[in-house]
Amino acid sequence: MSATAAGEIEPPLGLLAELTHRCPLRCPYCSNPLTLTRPGEEMDTAAWARVFREAAALGVLQVHLSGGEPTARRDLPELVRAASEAGLYTNLITAGVLLDAAKVAALAAAGLDHVQLSVQDAEPTSADHIGGMAGGHAKKLEAARLIREAGLPLTLNAVVHRRNLDRLPELIALALELGAGRLEVAHVQYYGWAFANRSALLPTRAQLDAATATVEAARAAHKGRLVIDYVIPDYHAKRPKACMGGWGRRVLAITPAGRALPCHAAESLPGLDFPSVRDTPLAEIWYQSEAFNRFRGTAWMPEPCRSCDRRDSDFGGCRCQAFALTGDAAATDPACELSPHHALLDLAVQEAAGGGFAYREMGRSALPSR
Amino acid sequence: MTVAIAGATVPRLARGVRLREDAARGGRWVVMAPERMFVPDEIALEVLRLVDGARSVDAIVDALAARFTAPRAEIAADVTEMLADLAAKGVIAT
Repeated sequence: MSATAAGEIEPPLGLLAELTHRCPLRCPYCSNPLTLTRPGEEMDTAAWARVFREAAALGVLQVHLSGGEPTARRDLPELVRAASEAGLYTNLITAGVLLDAAKVAALAAAGLDHVQLSVQDAEPTSADHIGGMAGGHAKKLEAARLIREAGLPLTLNAVVHRRNLDRLPELIALALELGAGRLEVAHVQYYGWAFANRSALLPTRAQLDAATATVEAARAAHKGRLVIDYVIPDYHAKRPKACMGGWGRRVLAITPAGRALPCHAAESLPGLDFPSVRDTPLAEIWYQSEAFNRFRGTAWMPEPCRSCDRRDSDFGGCRCQAFALTGDAAATDPACELSPHHALLDLAVQEAAGGGFAYREMGRSALPSR
Repeated sequence: MTVAIAGATVPRLARGVRLREDAARGGRWVVMAPERMFVPDEIALEVLRLVDGARSVDAIVDALAARFTAPRAEIAADVTEMLADLAAKGVIAT
């Protein structure tokens, strides 16, 4: 595929709508950028509804309503209805701590298709410590019950790392107990807030091996009842992930303020001007913007990616990780063992020592640098 | 997990599952489900389009028998097997 020929670019399948960066939790691995969008800068209901219609017309089939905490927006049922009426499959990605029976009923009535609920751990004290919110875990358990009572399908999302990975069997038991049809065992990805907390969060190789064995056994034991999604994390991998299914290829993200991104962390990359859906049609952004075309296809690749037979399947890995670790957004993702920087990952694993968290907070930007 | 599909069973799409046309990609039909999507083959699509929460399996087989030349018993066997498979995958509920 050439880099910019509009005729050869496929339309996007998914839209990640970050409706707000407000969130009552303070998880130290939050995937939001270090500089969070203020509430006053958020796009309003009508603008999001227009974006959903533009996305559906462009070919998007599914919208992930995310944040921050999307239920912090009082107009969330209206947004669900707008997305659903546009023809999009609606998936709510929530921490659950702000939900009550009336809110869940309103979301279900608005046409919500599916809920992905996060938990920070299976053990309440640890879960509340990691999320930085006292009583948060108990509220999540209640939210899960309300979601299932409303008849909505539930996926439990467990973000795992050094501090909770040993309790993976309990997390699997929790997913079964809550009636989840799916469990996503999501290893922390180390950019943004998580990069700042890397030493506290990186699991050991022994922890990872035990977790992988646990997942394999649980998949067999609960076949037909619980699907478990699990991917070996980059810091212990030999080859990189096809981040976002390739830059500008399958998915786009929109920030609370309306910036369109090829990946939700892309604002961490320097030198890219991400267009706003407030003043630019989504189709123009997808097909024509310089930012979406920057890492499309394979023409931008350096060696060893350029001549690699996996270049069309892993697309050189993650641009944000490449930049975070090498200072060059166009470098081969160091998760690849062919990268000259691959040893940095092993080194980080060896040096990881646990310790305290720098919690995600609005206005907190003085984080440890790399 | 095996699911019993009888002639009188009335299947419906499971909650969180939608069948829709994908106009931007040549008008194919796709099944949208929690955290996944798939493109049903031609025969599965013919069956899924008749799954409306009102028709029984017998009625679905009748509708297909009226349109295709295969013997009704053969169609019934294929439809039952396909619905049992889709039920095991959580795509339809009974």
